[in-house]
Amino acid sequence: MNSIQLATFSNHAIYACLAIFAVAFVAHTIEVAWSVRNVPGQTKTEFEFTRTDRAGRIGTAMMILGFLVLLIAVTARGMSAHRVPWGNMYEFSITGALTLTGAYLFALAKYKLRWLGLPVSLATLLTLGTAITVLYRPSEQLVPALKSPWLALHVSAAIISGGVFLVANLVAATYLWMDAIEKKGPRPTWAAKIPSLESLDQLSYRLIAFVFPLWTFAIIAGAIWAESAWGKYWGWDPKETWAFITWVAYAAYLHARVTVGWRGKRAAWLCIFAGSTFLFNYIYINIWGTGLHTYSGL
Amino acid sequence: MANTENSIDIGVVGLLRWGWRQLTSMRTALILLMLLGVAAIPGSLFPQRSQEPQKVDQYFAHDPSLAHWMDRLRLFNVYASPWFSAIYLLLFISLIGCVLPRTFTHLRAIGKKPPLTPKNLDRMEGHRIIASADTAASFELARKWLKKNRYRLRIQDGSISAEKGYLRETGNLMFHLSLILILVGVALGSLFGMKGETILNVGDRFINTPTSYDTITYGKFQGQGTLIPFALTATDFAAKYDPITGQPTDYTLTTSVENPIGSTPKKIIIKVNKPLTYGSTKIYLQANGYSPIVTIRDKTGAVVFNGPTIFLPQDSDLTSVGAIKEPDMTPQIGFIGTFLPTAQMNMKRGGFSSYPEVLNPELLLSAWKGNLGLDSGTPQSVYQLNTAAMKEIGIKALLLGDTYNFGEGSITFTGWKSWVNLQIVEDPGKMYALFGAIFAILGLLISLFTRQRRIWVRVGSEIEIAGLAKNGIPGLDKELEDLARALSGSKEEQK
Repeated sequence: MNSIQLATFSNHAIYACLAIFAVAFVAHTIEVAWSVRNVPGQTKTEFEFTRTDRAGRIGTAMMILGFLVLLIAVTARGMSAHRVPWGNMYEFSITGALTLTGAYLFALAKYKLRWLGLPVSLATLLTLGTAITVLYRPSEQLVPALKSPWLALHVSAAIISGGVFLVANLVAATYLWMDAIEKKGPRPTWAAKIPSLESLDQLSYRLIAFVFPLWTFAIIAGAIWAESAWGKYWGWDPKETWAFITWVAYAAYLHARVTVGWRGKRAAWLCIFAGSTFLFNYIYINIWGTGLHTYSGL
Repeated sequence: MANTENSIDIGVVGLLRWGWRQLTSMRTALILLMLLGVAAIPGSLFPQRSQEPQKVDQYFAHDPSLAHWMDRLRLFNVYASPWFSAIYLLLFISLIGCVLPRTFTHLRAIGKKPPLTPKNLDRMEGHRIIASADTAASFELARKWLKKNRYRLRIQDGSISAEKGYLRETGNLMFHLSLILILVGVALGSLFGMKGETILNVGDRFINTPTSYDTITYGKFQGQGTLIPFALTATDFAAKYDPITGQPTDYTLTTSVENPIGSTPKKIIIKVNKPLTYGSTKIYLQANGYSPIVTIRDKTGAVVFNGPTIFLPQDSDLTSVGAIKEPDMTPQIGFIGTFLPTAQMNMKRGGFSSYPEVLNPELLLSAWKGNLGLDSGTPQSVYQLNTAAMKEIGIKALLLGDTYNFGEGSITFTGWKSWVNLQIVEDPGKMYALFGAIFAILGLLISLFTRQRRIWVRVGSEIEIAGLAKNGIPGLDKELEDLARALSGSKEEQK
């Protein structure tokens, strides 16, 4: 296949992914909705996931299929342009969706996390949908400044960190939600499957402790690259500035947990705050910002 | 992290005071770090002089009094402002004050044995009691197990105190010391560095002396005259573009460099991601554009000017504007020009370029006569014509080879040249920053993935085990379980 065929093939694969993740989303919805049943003789309802286990399995199968097709789509996109597929915001987004589903499936293999399938499939659908409609750019070669081996290192580290930051944010938000529910009394049946507050709290901390060095690396790799492309390793470009702010926020989070002993609600809020600085950087600075990092193609 | 063995010596009040001081200094460092993050925000929201001077000018044009106040608050120069520097310096001091004492404490602790076994093990985490018939054998077994699991042991009468994970603090300190090294690198760069820019037509020679630069700035302690004595000739410049989108795909500058001046020239290629490096000095290819070549003749037909004039690109298709000034004619003559590499016309935009490569060049000129104002003493831009004391005498669009007779003489559009913008940067601090960055990541990885914990074993009529996980890192319970299993296994063997 030549470049144009590959790019077209990649687009078709993305549309296929939209369909597959839509099925996964519906399956996960059915898994949750149909498992609710009334407890005989009481007004209470409870979850019985055995009844909808099949729907859940279909959901997981679709997530795996979607991941594979998306992997092919992203690879084809890269091959069509003879480079890593991270040249503009469309490509960042489809790669981001790939890492998000990948991270979920990886975690699913180790933990009982199928309840996350619903939000993950929804988030993937939204990301891919926005990417193909709003952010889409034709496949093309890179501008000279982007032609560097550091592109692969810097951008992949940033994308993976971003994906993990978002998952950590989801977990922290779930913590706050469950905390609010538990204040009023025991958890309702639909929330029974969600891990305990303590595990949620631990999980978001572990995710961040795991990814903080990677984020640090993404910034440093960017600095090394900037030194060779722009003539200075740090120029307070808006994107750099916000990457630094995100770094500071997560550093504060880690210190707050490890040395000051913050747990629970306060830690979850700080985690969400730090994650939103990343989102602000990704969305606002990419689209409306100025500076040297203007590769979104928008 | 408090070292409990020290705290016993200094008493409760001392411990509190010491702990308070430790906490406050750490807290101060943290607050300063957060403050640095917050202080960085305005610089990303308002245009900065160092990055977008034109946008700063727009603020001044739009609302001068507001812009004036913003300027007094250094909002257009955030990262060089006194308040930003103050936070930066305070953080620097606080970090040193926070990390250095801990480094010494840790260095002393490295050689030391783990602290004594506490009296009441049942207050510790994961406390277990294991029945044992042969306590001496169990003691030996526990010792071997802990040794095998890389614990550092302190054998006491009837008990073992074991600790592992000293590397955690080592990594932690390495990370923070590396941050200081990065800050030192940044400071060295700004105090002893140099940055200059020059625009060079293809074919021109650049000699690295301060007067050759269009702009040059030195660090506070960087004396002039320390420039590397090289000369560089731009022999060729090639730009490649995507034929569909017009996006640039490659820039290649071929140069001939003498270092030192007078030595045999070497052919060196400079690209966007491949600067030319001499020690801590680097020469970067930053931008490029076109210089139209014109020949100007006076009324008698004598050539008064023949050569390229640098025009500045206005868009990605390199529609370029500039000024050609001819002070030696009477009256003085000036042209405001627009160079279109691939000329196109429409009603809305007038003449514009539709592709960055030179395919259909056109030079649009408006001719002016009068006083160029070059002798007035106020510096003026070479790219703009000061028309205050001039009168427009005509406009003309020239194709390649065309001549325009403007009454006082004639101008012929004979060709074009590419120019390149070279940025020459000296930063003696960047190696420190790089090493700091590498060690920072290593330290971070070591500290985040090392588990620091203690385990105690006491043997009396039965065996007691307990532990302590620093910073509540999980996994201690499993390890204690394994130890318990190993110890109770010994009992079964004896049966």
